[in-house]
Amino acid sequence: MSFSGTKTEKLAGWNRPPLIDTDGEGELLEVAMGPHHPSTHGVFRMDVVLDGERVIKLKPVFGYLHRNHEQLAQGQSYLASMPYTDRLDYFCSLSNNWAYGLAVEKLVGQPVPERAEYLRVILAELTRVQNHASTIGFLLQEMGASGTPLMYAFREREKILDLFESLTGSRMMCNYMRFGGCRVDASPAWLDATRKVVAGLPAFVDEFERFLMTNEILMARCQGIGVLRPDLAVNAGISGPMLRGSGVNYDIRKVDHYGIYDRFKFRVPLGDHGDIYDRYMVRMLEMRESISILNQALKDVPGGPVMDPKAKIRNFRPKAGEGYGRIEAPKGELGFYLISDGGPNPYRYRVRPPSLINLTVLEDMCLGSNVADVVLIFGSVDIVLGEVDR
Amino acid sequence: MLGDGILKGLAETARNFAGSFVSKERMTTVEYPEERLPLPEASRNFPFLVYDGTDWEKGLRCVACQICEKECPPKCIYIEKSKDKKPDYVGKPQIYPAKFDIDISVCMSCQICVEVCPFEAIKMDTQFELATDDRFGGLLLDRKQLARSNEYYHEIHPTEATEVDARLAGEKAKAEAKAKGAAEAAAAKAAGAPPAGSAATPAAAKPAVPVDPKAAPATKDAEVAKAPVTATAPTAAKPVPGTGTDGAAPMTPEDKKAAETPARPSEGEPKA
Repeated sequence: MSFSGTKTEKLAGWNRPPLIDTDGEGELLEVAMGPHHPSTHGVFRMDVVLDGERVIKLKPVFGYLHRNHEQLAQGQSYLASMPYTDRLDYFCSLSNNWAYGLAVEKLVGQPVPERAEYLRVILAELTRVQNHASTIGFLLQEMGASGTPLMYAFREREKILDLFESLTGSRMMCNYMRFGGCRVDASPAWLDATRKVVAGLPAFVDEFERFLMTNEILMARCQGIGVLRPDLAVNAGISGPMLRGSGVNYDIRKVDHYGIYDRFKFRVPLGDHGDIYDRYMVRMLEMRESISILNQALKDVPGGPVMDPKAKIRNFRPKAGEGYGRIEAPKGELGFYLISDGGPNPYRYRVRPPSLINLTVLEDMCLGSNVADVVLIFGSVDIVLGEVDR
Repeated sequence: MLGDGILKGLAETARNFAGSFVSKERMTTVEYPEERLPLPEASRNFPFLVYDGTDWEKGLRCVACQICEKECPPKCIYIEKSKDKKPDYVGKPQIYPAKFDIDISVCMSCQICVEVCPFEAIKMDTQFELATDDRFGGLLLDRKQLARSNEYYHEIHPTEATEVDARLAGEKAKAEAKAKGAAEAAAAKAAGAPPAGSAATPAAAKPAVPVDPKAAPATKDAEVAKAPVTATAPTAAKPVPGTGTDGAAPMTPEDKKAAETPARPSEGEPKA
């Protein structure tokens, strides 16, 4: 914590312009929330200027977890970037795998076998369920419901992670998809286990809804707080549950029909007010829609190979060109943009991370609210720092 | 009524609390390390090198082609090729890794080395209790520390290992059909000089010494020459080389070793 004005500059030891110019007033307080604040989901800092309890300015500061992801990928083969994409949004490594795989498949025009497409949908929707469950758990934890809702969410997540582990070998760093399919085939036993877990998910969502949805404290803390107007959301390029919470009907599964999503029937939940409660509810309802997609997909998983036999793993040199693959990741639009110059490694590799772009409107949502609400608003954005900083 | 929602939520908590004492599947606590959950077969954690038979150094399947070194995303593998050759599982002379180091403080267990290996030589382990207080040497594993027997591989990944064995057996049968005449000639020669087959024993007795690539041919000669004098007694328990050359039997490790042994003297003899 540091006071604004000349003191700040001395304390910081470098020529940082103060966020506000309050010569001699001494009433405004500049607080650095983070990077070690437990509510910041990792290492993220918000430089907040406070007038009493009210936020009048907020500057997000990130980069603490920067790992040079894009530059690393440009110096390596296409295959070698696949395990690194697990580490972008480490909650949803399978979605990341799919987005990157899709970008490379678009770059080279690689077809994907039917069975692999089904497996991808199943895994991506399982990822969405566990991500939303734990996001809501974290949000409630930050609201003061210490532990219990988060543990309920993690109990469910645990079952899904066990499925991931028995299929891909790893709980979080799955590294499962390849250009032109998936790495290993799912056994019938695995599909049965998945059906069993999916059959138990609606009960979990019901329980979670009964648990806190009508809780008066939760409603008082969430409703009307952190409102994101739809026009601002569209102009800022917000995507995912954040955008749909503001009432904009935009889901890439519906818009792009990537993979085989046009075969499944599902609805896109939309919010009315764009506040924290709407984002919370959109995630809740999306879990239900994901479960319905899972049920449809698990009903008829076709046989056949999971990998296109013509697909190349080693000595992969795509023709010069470019490709942009995007998917509806649990957090929003996740895109990978690749330019190939015909060499073994991409000439340009760019990630469009939903977390980073959803974070850009943080100040607009927080202005005028209390410090305690900043934590909630930030929690409702649902970011993972691995993806923000890359 | 105000407070309705809170009460409803508390009822849910109470149900969960009570359920955690009654329902069997809710009692999920496992008292590690006394109690352990079985790992799923697919689970992976750091690679190891597979060897056939009982001698890790002779049986290593790795032929130092360096593909894994090239493809490894974080570049945690370091391989030095040998100057001389040793026979692989089909009896074809191949170079072997004089040095094979994996820095597991860098390795991220991504399995790409396993995917790209054309010789089924590197596989994923399931060992995860690798904490050490020596953060420099302790996390840099050399080829001796990395070597695990095929039986161990069968133990941790049974389905996968059986597939691999079947594939290798097929390749071996093909290679054997091709080089049967040559192998028989070598076996006949080897039968004339049985102690030469025990060259494996001195190497097994001091496996910790890494093979210096420059000195390798010289030491090998010395070992082969010494073998009849120093190591005749221990070999008594071993299968006599030259008896197990027929490739029709299923691929038990003993068979593999026996199939390899006749080729070894044929390699050693011109030098000795």
